[in-house]
Formats: sequence, C-alpha cells, structure tokens
Amino acid sequence: MSQQLAPSPKVVARTAEKAETANPPAAFDVERIRQDFPILGLTVAGKPLVYLDNAASSQMPQQVIDRLVHYQTHEHANIHRAVHYLSETATAAYEAARVTLQRFINAPEAREVIFTSGTTDSINLVAQSWGRQNIKAGDEIILTVLEHHSNIVPWQMLAQEKGATIRVVPMNDAGELLLDQYEALFNDRTRLVSVGHVSNALGSVNPVKQMIAFAHTHGVPVLVDGAQAAPHMAVDVQDLDCDFYVFSGHKVCGPTGIGILYGRAALLEAMPPYKGGGDMIHTVTFEKTTYAPIPNKFEAGTPPIAAAIGLGAAVSYLSGIGMEAIAAHEHTLLNYATEQMAVMPGVRLLGTARKKAAVLSFMLQGIHPHDVGTLLNEEGVAVRTGHHCTQPLMVRLGVAATSRASFAFYNTRADVDALVAGIRAVQKVFA
Amino acid sequence: MSTDPKALYQEVILDHNRKPRNYGELDHPSHHAEGVNPLCGDHIHLALDIKNDTVERIAFHGESCAICKASASMMTAAVKGKRTEEAETLAHEFVDMATGRAAAQDSPHIGRLAVFSGISALPMRVKCAILPWHTLQAAFRSEACTSTEADADPMHTPMGDA
Repeated sequence: MSQQLAPSPKVVARTAEKAETANPPAAFDVERIRQDFPILGLTVAGKPLVYLDNAASSQMPQQVIDRLVHYQTHEHANIHRAVHYLSETATAAYEAARVTLQRFINAPEAREVIFTSGTTDSINLVAQSWGRQNIKAGDEIILTVLEHHSNIVPWQMLAQEKGATIRVVPMNDAGELLLDQYEALFNDRTRLVSVGHVSNALGSVNPVKQMIAFAHTHGVPVLVDGAQAAPHMAVDVQDLDCDFYVFSGHKVCGPTGIGILYGRAALLEAMPPYKGGGDMIHTVTFEKTTYAPIPNKFEAGTPPIAAAIGLGAAVSYLSGIGMEAIAAHEHTLLNYATEQMAVMPGVRLLGTARKKAAVLSFMLQGIHPHDVGTLLNEEGVAVRTGHHCTQPLMVRLGVAATSRASFAFYNTRADVDALVAGIRAVQKVFA
Repeated sequence: MSTDPKALYQEVILDHNRKPRNYGELDHPSHHAEGVNPLCGDHIHLALDIKNDTVERIAFHGESCAICKASASMMTAAVKGKRTEEAETLAHEFVDMATGRAAAQDSPHIGRLAVFSGISALPMRVKCAILPWHTLQAAFRSEACTSTEADADPMHTPMGDA
C-alpha cells in the first residue's frame, strides 16, 4: 500500500458520504467484486473454495485490509489523549469511522453510535446498564423463539438477578413470528422487547418495524439485534424507530472484535456506565467520579482503534456497492438455491418464511449435519453445521442440528451449483 | 492408514452406520451410562451385562452422526466377551489413536478399529468418535452420564457460533 493511495481519515469519511449521497452505485458486477476478496482465491481439499458460511463471519475485501495496514503503518497512537500528531490523526480516523457508521444506519447523531466488541457485547451493555436500572422483580422481557443465544442469555442473567420473567414470541412452521401472539404477550409489566432483525438459523426477516410500532403504543422500548441484517439490507434506525440497534463488524466484511450499539441519545444519557476505567470519565477523585458524555461514557479503556477504523472502511465499501444492489443479488441467489434444493430428493429445507435473507438451512435424510459438513468440506464447500447458537429454536423445529448455507454478495450461481453438486456427492457416499 | 478425511467415510464405517451391531436395549443390565454431546447433538445410551469381570452382553441406541454411531457399533463388537481390563486397555488405545497421540500400528489391540485413525485429522470430529468409549468407561465406573465436549474434549475444540 503506497502512501499516496491511502486515503486520509477525512477523505475516507468524505468518500463514504459521496458513495451514499452523490454517486449512484455502479452496476453490480459480482466477478469484479470477487477480485476485491483475496481469500476467495483459496483452494480447499484441492477444490476452489466455495464460502457459504457468511452468517458466521464474512470475508474482508482488500480495501479494508489496506485501510488496516495504512492505519498501523502511518496513523497509530492512542486516541483522545495526547496533543501530538499521531494521537490527533488516530482520533480523527476513529471518530470519522463513528460518523461513517452513523450514516450507514441513518442514526440522527454520531454520539448515538457506541463502539463495542460486537453484537454480544452490545446486548450485554444494554442488559447490564439499561436493564439493571429499569428492570425490577415481576417485570417482563419479550424475546422470540428465533433468537440467537446472545439475545437470550444476557436477558436471562438479568431476569435471574432481578426476579424478572422472559416471555417468548412463538413462530409458525415456516419460521415466521406470530404477531397476534406477540401482541397478546403485552401487559403492564412488559418493560422491553429484544428481537432479531433476521434469524441467523433460518433467515426469516422479522417484521421488526411493525413490532416496534406496537411496543411503542405500550411505551415499551425495543432492541433490534441486527447482526444478520446489517450485512444484507439497508438499515435505517429512524425509519424502524427502534430504541437500540446492534451489529458486529466481522459480519459486514470488517474485523472481529468490533461492533456497534446504536441507542437513542436520551436513553443512553440516562443509562449508567457499563464498565469503569479511563476515557469514560469527566473527573475522578477517590470520593466521586463524574462520567464523560456519550459516547465516551460507554467506551472505557483504549478501544480497538484499528478495528473501528476497519469497520468504517467496511461499511463504506458496502455502501459503495449499494445495500439495495447487495440485497437484490443475494435474493436472486437465495431463490436460485431454494428452487434447486426444494426439488432434490432427500433434502428438507428448514425455514420457508415469505421474507427471507441469505440463509438456507437444510437437513439431508438419514445423514447427520456434522457428516454433511465434513464431506462438503471435501468438495471445497464451507457450510455451518450444528445448532447455530439457537438451541430453543432447534427444540421448536424438533432437530438437534442443521446444515446451513449462508450467502454474501460475493457469492455466485456457480457457488450454488457447487453446493448442490456437493450435496449429491454426500448423498452418494451414504447411498 | 490414510489421513484423508474422506477416506474415513469408507465402507466399513458406512456399513456400521447403516446396520449398527448390538443396537437396542438390554433387560436388567448390570451397568449402563449415557453419553451426551449437547452442542453437537450426539446422544447414545449404553448398557452392559458384566459377569466375572467379563462383558457378556452389550447394547447401545441413540441419535448421532455416522462417525459416532459406527464407533459405538464397532466398540460393542470389539469388547463383547472381553474382560473389563482388556476393554479398558482398548479404550485407552482407541482414544490415543483418535486424538493422534499414538499411531494405529503402535496400538497392539486396535485391529479393525484402525479405520478410525483418520479422525485425528478432523479435530472437530474426534469427540464424536470417542464418545462411545468414554461412555463405556463411565459405565464401568457406574457413572450415569458423560460427555466429550467442552472440558472433556481432548482436542479442545469450542463449538457454537453465530
């Protein structure tokens, strides 16, 4: 990476803005996009890699890798501390990333975007800060049967501590939440709804906007777990009218160890700090500490600066392609894969919601998902097998585990063909 | 023995998966144990009748992947009629081979069980292959339940995901 090619943080922020507001995205060209992802050129077991585990983690384009290298090579120092050149450069790049994330989800203000270590950390922050302040004995928290463990366990821990109760929204056999039963769960003890935007195990797109509007008629705030939505669709927190929105960097082509919590400023300002330490204080004496305003109040200690800047570069990259174009390409792939697999003998699709994103969960008759995963790997095809951190959902579906193919915008029809051929090869071994 | 993972799914393992030996339950077993890997979904029940320190009868049933089921099937065939100390020796040899700590040719009692030697190249699957053997050892010790996941996983492969 030469220095002249490396954009300054200000240029990065400006580029992101341009990509979202000025330039219409170029025509979607998947082969050109694949050139940005060096890892897609790997061979596995002597076959070209077919990476279909994007719901677990997506791959990183060269643009983001370059941004990380540039930061470490030319810009690194601790932020918010010193007056020297590098500290100011690093601080500017870190705060520019926050603005890029703000625009990516259309948050009203940059200070409403808190950098966390990821979705799990974001949810724990809300549970431990907002939750411990606002949840009392006898209160109720509404979750759904589709939730990932990271949107269950933090609330259970809180409920156990406070003597609160978890209520669960059921779904139909297709994997769609039952809205009438959701509405019936509300009463005067309901304090919070926490719901996934897209199911990681089934791909169902939940009607979160409608669910939020209903919760608000009861004065109940809503947290949306966007871990599986942010990579696949345009997210507008103002249009959703959600109170909290969380997602992880590594699922949007960014680094691991970084994610965000969006929260309404009024809520965040009223919440106590989650972790104590440096960077989150205003003044400290041994008698009393006053806390910094948001977002710093929730960013104790030196944050993962490079990862935050990398996440900014990643969402700029996605915005440059265009989230609508990404969603359209992935829907085409999902439909193509669904059509093929629905007619394959011995294949059962799990999750047939009318609105789905990028995930295809399946069972092969008489073949355990772990055998499927091991044998597909021999065809170069990477899928996920297991319970996908959704054990309550697996119980609801009556299975111990599934195989899951999950798509990203850099996947192709050829990848789907390789999956289908791989499934035939697995079935042949067990025939 | 090949370490090509695909070679693991060879005829003998597939055959035991399709037609598991000693599959079912025993009336009034003297020993029994349950092997459960909740994260992966493997779950087997093992029952034995031990008389004069000899495994006279043995049976298993449950839900599991092909590796686990074939391992359980071949284990029951291998230990039936053996003295419990011989079965213990075999269990140690099998676990050492499966985890890659010993080669099949250095395992004097391993015999046909050498078809599982390739599993050591698949750390995520080792716990599937050794679950029946841990369950056997649990039954010998009159422990009701065992697992080869988490702390009990010799390969320390965390499971779970996003």
